[in-house]
This record gives sequence, structure tokens and C-alpha cells, in this order.
Amino acid sequence: MHILDFNKLSLRDINKTLQESDKNSFFSVRNPKGSHALAVGINKKITVKIVGSVGYYCAGMNKFSDIKVEGSAGPGLGENMMSGNIYVTGDVSQYAGASGHGGSILVGGNASSRCGISMKGVDIIVKGNVGHMSAFMAQKGNLVIFGDAGHALGDSIYEANIYVAGEVASLGADCIEKKMTKKHLSNLENILSNANVSDYNPDTFRRFGSARSLYNFNVDNAKIY
Amino acid sequence: MKKKSITEPRTSHTFDAYTNSEIRRAAETGIYDIRGGGSKRSLPNFDDLLFLGASISRYPLEGYRESCNTKVILGDRFSSNPLNLEIPITIAGMSFGALSAQAKEALGRGASLVGTSTTTGDGGMTKEERGHSKQLVYQLLPSRYGMNPDDLRKADAIEIVVGQGAKPGGGGMLLGQKINDRVAEMRTLPKGIDQRSPCRHPDWTGPDDMEIKILELREITGWKVPIFVKVAGSRPYYDVALAAKSGADVVVVDGMQGGTAATQEVFIENVGIPTLACVRPAVRALQELGLHRKVQLIISGGIRNGADVAKALALGADAVSIGSAALIALGDNDPRYQKDYEKLGTTAGSFDDWHEGLDPAGITTQDKKLAKRLDPKLGGRRLANYLNVMTMEAQTIARACGKNDLRNLEPEDLCALTVESAAMAGVPLAGTNWIPGT
Repeated sequence: MHILDFNKLSLRDINKTLQESDKNSFFSVRNPKGSHALAVGINKKITVKIVGSVGYYCAGMNKFSDIKVEGSAGPGLGENMMSGNIYVTGDVSQYAGASGHGGSILVGGNASSRCGISMKGVDIIVKGNVGHMSAFMAQKGNLVIFGDAGHALGDSIYEANIYVAGEVASLGADCIEKKMTKKHLSNLENILSNANVSDYNPDTFRRFGSARSLYNFNVDNAKIY
Repeated sequence: MKKKSITEPRTSHTFDAYTNSEIRRAAETGIYDIRGGGSKRSLPNFDDLLFLGASISRYPLEGYRESCNTKVILGDRFSSNPLNLEIPITIAGMSFGALSAQAKEALGRGASLVGTSTTTGDGGMTKEERGHSKQLVYQLLPSRYGMNPDDLRKADAIEIVVGQGAKPGGGGMLLGQKINDRVAEMRTLPKGIDQRSPCRHPDWTGPDDMEIKILELREITGWKVPIFVKVAGSRPYYDVALAAKSGADVVVVDGMQGGTAATQEVFIENVGIPTLACVRPAVRALQELGLHRKVQLIISGGIRNGADVAKALALGADAVSIGSAALIALGDNDPRYQKDYEKLGTTAGSFDDWHEGLDPAGITTQDKKLAKRLDPKLGGRRLANYLNVMTMEAQTIARACGKNDLRNLEPEDLCALTVESAAMAGVPLAGTNWIPGT
């Protein structure tokens, strides 16, 4: 295991080391002090444990890597990630997983507003609650919420799935509750199994997705826009 | 018998023929008009400025014997690999999806022939444009369609798109007719839907966030490539100052004559300010920060010829960018397709239904048969010719003003034909030393 200490190294030094490291390396990043843009642009399978909370865009645009944050994360966690895994033990701020194309994000605490905005294939699991406008314009992938969802969940959603165990304050435009079929239950179980989450009752989850009524403009829908 | 006097039929300036037809169209369809291109209304523009030329107080350079530099470096503020362009004219961002793959290839070929850059658009980077563009700027747009870190690392520069001159505050639009299998796959969207891109980025708001976003992009790309920030012409003084403060290497300001693939006509014609009005406030913002020429300024929106290039540079820009003009060079709205345009209910020169995917010139389409009408090699050659002509025209003017570098042109070389353009450009009304507002 390699230790990278922010008290001794700059952000550039640490990111460069991570980006240029050998495959299957293991790093422990110490004293992150809420730094922004940490562990971004990694393009290989390495494991990074960050001991402490991080700022904006932690693990942004990564491929293959496993990132664990022992603390909380600021806005844009894992934005546009392509593959790999992120696990944050605490809470995460706005836009977690924004436009993520693949991989998975597991949040131990709560996620703020716009969690999963524009998601394009990533799986996001939030053990707590999510804020308003989560899964806004979500195109593909799965958002699993163990707690409650704020207002306008899934507004203008495309083909992503949302699973919620708690209460939903309100649904956004074109988002509706859908039947939890065997196929979707199996999908939910696979997502959680892949993230090593086992402490749940699948029967408590409801499924939400697109009504697909706004896919092509219709003047009779003008008041919805 | 005395002849009865008759009154000539009088048409209304308020309810002119176009306005009336638009009212009838709205009443019939129940939807606003959507079209491509930029503002078509008469606006104060670079034609309202004139160069003074050299005389006794200034002497000119010989047109064919004394050199006039056209090279420009973009993005050397923080990046280690700035763009080195042979000419100060770049190709603006236009997406694959809005344009055919052949058109993107032609743009890349033409730009590369003359040593300038081209730019991706909404929907990501295609192999055609990367393969044929020696210097390619990769756009980071609010939709993040096709956004891919591998492509990001292949780019020669990154352009964060905050706004577009045709639609400040608006998002993109690509209607279902143009979402074929390849476009749908690149954008992770169902085939055939109307794709409306967001108007805001999904993971930041405001200049303080943007500063951190720029930091992230630099960390991902190792501080190698320049970061551009593109804003629509609306509040150029503040937007340019904030972009520079946020750490941009280059700021692009796109006036309301700048084109779009598709948006509402009411948006194109009523939101934003003319390109001419953008330049001086943008330059002043950089000058006051001590960053003029350190953060390069690119002006776009209705640039058509070498005179426009020279005028934008004389007002303080480092380079210009063209979009609509480049498409015309490739063959957009060419009279040789007049019959086809008539079948679409329009004429060569007026065609702007780019969103419908039926472009007879094969440029703004995903229809395979139509797209084949554009030969990318020939199109690239035509674009290169056009860029060369623009450059030579700008040099001609610069030499006449006694300048051995296009960027040595200055506001003192200009005068204005109208009070409005004098006020916007901050140059004297012709024949006077009066600059309105000073």
C-alpha cells in the first residue's frame, strides 16, 4: 500500500501518481482536507482509500478504479464516471454521479439535490435520503434510494430506473410509478449484490420511470413543460 | 370625365408579409417556429465600421513584399501545450448529429489544410473529425452527450460551453428526425425522440463552481491542454471577467448572429446582443484585469470575410471563429440546389430548416443519400480556399494600415458610419472625433 499525504504532497502530485500508477496498485490518501478534484481521470484498475472528507468532483471521469471515501464528499462526486466503483461512507452533496456512464456509486449516508442528474448508465445506491430533482433527465442506469426522495423526482426522465424504499415527496414531469416486475426486481437485486449491499427487504421498494409522453413534442403537453 | 383618384395599396410596417405569415403558421400548427442559423434581422454589424488606412500621419506596408503575421497562440496562460494556429480564424463547435459525418470530416480537412482548429459539438467526438483535424477543440456541454474522458485526453483543447449567441440561456435541440442509430447511441438516447439538451451544466452553477470545474479538467488532462470558456453575447463585460477570473485560458464570445442547429425563431431574434456590441466590453474586462493578450479572446457570430476578421481584431480580439460561413463554403444554401430548396418550400439562401434533416446540400442531415452529396475532400478544399481568402483580405487591410501583424490593428484604425455602431464599437463617427458615450 502506498500512502499519499496531503500534508506533504500537492493535489497535482497526488493525482499524477494515481493516474500513472501500475494496475492493481493500492493507495491510501491521508489528510485530504476537503480538497477538490481528487482522484480524477484515473484510467486503470487501482484501489484508492481516502481517509477524510473530500470537496468537489472527487473521482470524476474515472474508469475501472475503486475509490473509497471514509468521510463525506462535496458536489459532483463521480461525475461522468465510465466504470469502476465509488463508496462514500458519509453524506454526499449535490449532483452525485452527474452524467455518469457506467460503474457504481454507493453512498452510506444521504445525497443532496440532483443526485443522478443526466445519468447515462451509472448505478447509484443511496442508503439514506436524496434531495429534490434527483434523476433529473436521467437517461440510463439505476438510482436506488433506501430512504426518502425529495420533490420532483425523475423530472423529464428518459430510460433510467428509480427504486425507492421510503417516501417520495413528489414526482417530476413525465415520471410515473411503474409496476415492479420480476425482471426489475432481479435488476434491483443484482445492483445491490454487485455493491455488496445485503441488508434490505426487496418488497419495500417501488419502481419509477418515464411515462415517455414528452419524448416527442406535442402542443397539448405545453403546460407540462 | 375626370379620372377618379385611387390610393395605392398600403402594406403595414408593423404587420408585414413575414409577420402575417408567421401569425397564420402559429394559428395553424400551435407550435413556435424552430429553425437553424443565427439572427436574420438587420443589426448593427462590422459593415458599419470602416478602416481609415494610412496617409501622411501613418505609412502603409507594401502589399506583396512586406510580411504581415497571421499566426496566433491560443491558451498559453496555464496550459503547457497551447494551440499554435497559422491564421486567427477557427471553426466553431458544430455537432455530429446536427451535421453529417461527411460535413464534420470536411471541416476537419479544411481547417487542417490552413493550420487552424475545428471544434466538436453536442454529442461527442467522432473518429472522422479527430482523424482529419490536426487541432481539435473538445466541447464540454451541459448535456454531456457522448462526454468521454478518453476523447477528452485526445483533444488539443477543451471548450466549456456556457452559452451560444443564437440562444443565450437556452439549451440545444435536435429533433427526432435526426436521431438515427449512430446519433442515438452516441447520446445514450432512444432513437427518434426529440432531444432537448439542458441549458445549465449538471454539476456546477456560477463562477466559483466553474473555477473548480476548470481545476478538475486540468487535473484530468495534466494541465497540458488549454481550457476555453464560451459565452453567449449578453453581458460580455461581466461574463468575460468571470471566465478569466475562473481560470480560463481563452474566452469565446458568440454574438447573436452566431448560428445554431435548431432553436426557436423567437429566441434567435430576441435574446442576446449583436456581435459588434460584444467586442469592446469583452476587451475592456480583460484589460482591467491586466489579462488582455494573456487570456485570448475569440469573437464569433456572423463573421463573413477578411474585413470582419480585421475589424474584430482591431477592436481587440485575438481570433475569430466561424460556423455558418464555413457551412456556406461547403455548399450550404448553394443555388445549384434551387429546385430541391423549392420542393422544401424555400429558396437557396433562405433555407434554415436544418433541424428537419432534409438539407439538399447534405450538410445538416443524417440522411445517407443526402449526406453523400457532400464530398469531404472537395468540401475541405473549398473551406481551405475560403479561409485563405479571408486571411489574405485581412492582411491586405492590415498592411494598408501599416501593420505587420494582424493583431497590431487597433481601434484607432477604425471609424464608424452610424451613431449606433460608433457607440457599440467605441470608435469615432466617420469624419469626427466623437465617440458616443465618452
